[in-house]
Amino acid sequence: MKPNVKSVENQVEQVSDYADSKLTSMEYVGLAVKEIEEKKRDKLKSGYLERENILAYILVAPAVIILVLFIAYPFVLGVWLSLTDKTVGHEGSFVGLQNFRNILKSQIFLQTVQNTFVYTGVATVLKLVFGLALALVLNRQFKFKRLVRASMLLPWIIPTVLSTLAWLWMFDATFSVFNWILVHLGILKRGLVWLGDPHLAMVSVIIVNAWRGIPFFAISLLAGLQTIPPDLYEAADMDGAGSFAKFWHITLPMLMPVLLVVLIFSVIVTFADFQVVYVLTRGGPSNSTHLFATLAYQVALASGRLGEGAAISLFMFPFLLLVIIVQLWYIRREQ
Amino acid sequence: MAAVGETFTKKLFSFYIPLFFFTILMLFPFYWMFITSIKPNRELYNVKSLPFWVFNPTLEHWKYLFKNTLFTRWALNTLFISIVSTAISLISGIMAGYALSRLRFKGASALGIAIFITYLVPPTLLFIPLAEVVHNFNLLDTPWALILTYPTFLIPFCTWLLSGYFKTIPKELEECARIDGATRLQAMIWIILPLATPGILSAGMFAFTLSWNEFIYALVFLSSPTQKTIPVGVVSELIKGDVFFWGSLMAGALFGSIPVALIYSFFVEHYVTGLTGAVKG
Amino acid sequence: MANVILEKLTKKFDDVIAVNAIDLEIKDKEFVVLVGPSGCGKSTTLRMVAGLEEITEGNIYIGGRLVNDVAPKDRNIAMVFQNYALYPHMTVYKNMAFGLKLRKFPKSEIDERVRRAAKILGIEQLLDRKPKQLSGGQRQRVAVGRAIVRDPEVFLFDEPLSNLDAKLRVAMRGELVKLHHRLETTMIYVTHDQVEAMTMGDRIVIMKDGLIQQVGAPLEVYDHPSNIFVAGFIGSPPMNFFRGTLVPEKDHLFIDMKSFKLKVPDERKKRYERYIRKEVVFGMRPEDIIDSTPEGRSGEWDKTTAVVDVLEPLGAEVMLELSKGEHSFTARVDPHTNSRVHQEITVYFNMGKMHLFDAETEKVI
Repeated sequence: MKPNVKSVENQVEQVSDYADSKLTSMEYVGLAVKEIEEKKRDKLKSGYLERENILAYILVAPAVIILVLFIAYPFVLGVWLSLTDKTVGHEGSFVGLQNFRNILKSQIFLQTVQNTFVYTGVATVLKLVFGLALALVLNRQFKFKRLVRASMLLPWIIPTVLSTLAWLWMFDATFSVFNWILVHLGILKRGLVWLGDPHLAMVSVIIVNAWRGIPFFAISLLAGLQTIPPDLYEAADMDGAGSFAKFWHITLPMLMPVLLVVLIFSVIVTFADFQVVYVLTRGGPSNSTHLFATLAYQVALASGRLGEGAAISLFMFPFLLLVIIVQLWYIRREQ
Repeated sequence: MAAVGETFTKKLFSFYIPLFFFTILMLFPFYWMFITSIKPNRELYNVKSLPFWVFNPTLEHWKYLFKNTLFTRWALNTLFISIVSTAISLISGIMAGYALSRLRFKGASALGIAIFITYLVPPTLLFIPLAEVVHNFNLLDTPWALILTYPTFLIPFCTWLLSGYFKTIPKELEECARIDGATRLQAMIWIILPLATPGILSAGMFAFTLSWNEFIYALVFLSSPTQKTIPVGVVSELIKGDVFFWGSLMAGALFGSIPVALIYSFFVEHYVTGLTGAVKG
Repeated sequence: MANVILEKLTKKFDDVIAVNAIDLEIKDKEFVVLVGPSGCGKSTTLRMVAGLEEITEGNIYIGGRLVNDVAPKDRNIAMVFQNYALYPHMTVYKNMAFGLKLRKFPKSEIDERVRRAAKILGIEQLLDRKPKQLSGGQRQRVAVGRAIVRDPEVFLFDEPLSNLDAKLRVAMRGELVKLHHRLETTMIYVTHDQVEAMTMGDRIVIMKDGLIQQVGAPLEVYDHPSNIFVAGFIGSPPMNFFRGTLVPEKDHLFIDMKSFKLKVPDERKKRYERYIRKEVVFGMRPEDIIDSTPEGRSGEWDKTTAVVDVLEPLGAEVMLELSKGEHSFTARVDPHTNSRVHQEITVYFNMGKMHLFDAETEKVI
């Protein structure tokens, strides 16, 4: 073997190197002093920004400052407000849980709780079903696929209140385009008062919320669909699986992780929604479409009862916390 | 997944009809906005006239919108607020996302979870106390009320997205740069940031869209008509009592949607890569 | 040009000790290979030398300078990574110039150095390409080129060849050795591949569980492994091990492995005396076991019979997998062997090359 000769030579060389490197004690002292000086200089030269943890704290500082100032502090302030009877233009005083007691006794609030759960539940199911269907359709190969995919995103990306205004116009009592179609198709004799009837109003706000959310489900699920390896379907074909079997046994289980994340995210956003209801009904008729957020807005800003409004908002917190805990638990488990 | 031997009938029902249905469902409201904005009032408020078509197109609603309302002012306000709050959020998000994904420090994982939770906190939970905070800082009815509060939902979002994106960039690249002679900051700026461009672009794009679309903070924190943003201005100033100027309203809604739609049409690819995130080569 | 000294170097990740108080001196201009299975601490050691990992305890000196708190950029070292770590957004030229630019070299000198390094590595025609457009071997060369332009005091290599295919790996191995001769710079090379270690290093350092098992020239380690781990790790196929007992018979010593016995050369009697009637592990490399009479060969031989389980003709040699009682072992024999599968044959052990280990401490006796 070749290295043998070389390494022997090398060892001889190393021995002589070693002899050279023997130093007198005086030289050692000199070296030590030099070393200390160099160490000092190196520390200065590297600077604090080279220290991993110091740099990290500097980098996260702006984010932390803004979040503490405008999330953590308002949260604490919100809890405090909810314990006072503060109104606009009047410093409140501490009233304990009085606001919460009043709210729980209020018929409007109980109606709101029911509305919120109906709104969230029905809209989420609609978004899930139609979003999945749209994802499956968009996952096929067809002409202008990119253009179609991009345009399907529009309801989700453009300002919600502005698109909701279009729906407000489409639901107009006199000039509703839906009524025009229904009447001209001979399905109805007279147009519906979409936003004037408690049940129809709830249907309307749910439709608009679902319309806005479907693209989000579709695009996220489409991304999930595209990560499913095609050979799974080929293997299932070999096993004689039909379209439905393939969907049930391959597509759905493989989509589960992304589906759950999308679902949880959507539930939070829908539960805390404000814009659709604010634009379409302002919570009416007779409070039949009030959600937590719209009721809180009305109490705090329209009526000026800040303490009570803050308390209503806070009622969202336990539910949101529960959803977040589920989400965190799920992420932990996945890791 | 076009299976072999799929008949046309089957494809008609499993594909063409659903696609048609979804296209109508998703896009009809936009058609409706457009057609309304160019219809003369006599067609608009005539139950007899066919609603799906415009016979005498007119620009009067658009002229009204830009001449007789503060719409232009609102558009500039929205643009200014969106750009500044996006810039603040993007910079803070890049810094925090980089630290969370790359540096070891005490409390990193707790901070990561905290930021993730704030990401899930909806603005409607805190808008009342936040109005108090903004009031205490004497910022009510100024653009800064929004510029400083929008980052509360933009920073968590940017941090989350970018730290995920940074993680896909091989660590060795920046280690190599540091051995090559770069400080940690130089390695971040010269090596990591250029490679994270797609992620940064999509984070910025999302942040801009979210600020452009934001409603409740703008509704609560701004009161003078000249300070308002497009969403709030259109909803609160163009609708006076029960009098609706539907033509101008729809023109405003359409125009207010154009910037975000444009951004998406340019960066729709970045949108996908930004979310999946990958560096190859 | 510099030597590197590691002094009681320790790295802990939380409670896990990755590197456990190792001492090592790497001479100026030496090519040292750190080798060991994954998780042995070799990469962590290298990264501490580079300054990419903070040191938990101990000291590192480069060229006599204590560098514990020196940032990587100020250590005057260069490193080649396993995945090459080429900057994807820069051309080959810019990749190589990056370090010089940061050090504010004048443009003309940067250009000269980059071109010289490119010439040495034969990548001049690639300078305008992006890393994406290069093959694995070319990327490897660019990574090496980027390291040499800066003319560092120490080169660090972290498994630089493991992403290449087998053929290219052999070629690059030779080129790196040549490069070392040409540059005459200290190089520290980390690999899990004992063949790389054997063929490239002036000295090799075998590590396991954060500890140095043995340091020495490749053949020295091969011929005189200091423990069972090193004996088994260095050499392919690995050394055969047999559990047995050392027994005296008449005037001689034998290793009793139950199903067979082998005679220890008399000149080793004294050395093994202490282990008489104790449990030992007997080791023999496959090439020291043959299936034809050792007549005409030097050394002391002993024999036994064994059954051929598997016969692997590799062209230049034949591997026999043999079994005898509860033992199974490998022999590397002449390609023209007459042995056949399932046959019982006589095999000869070159006892002059035997290794004996303490069964408990696993250290060589």
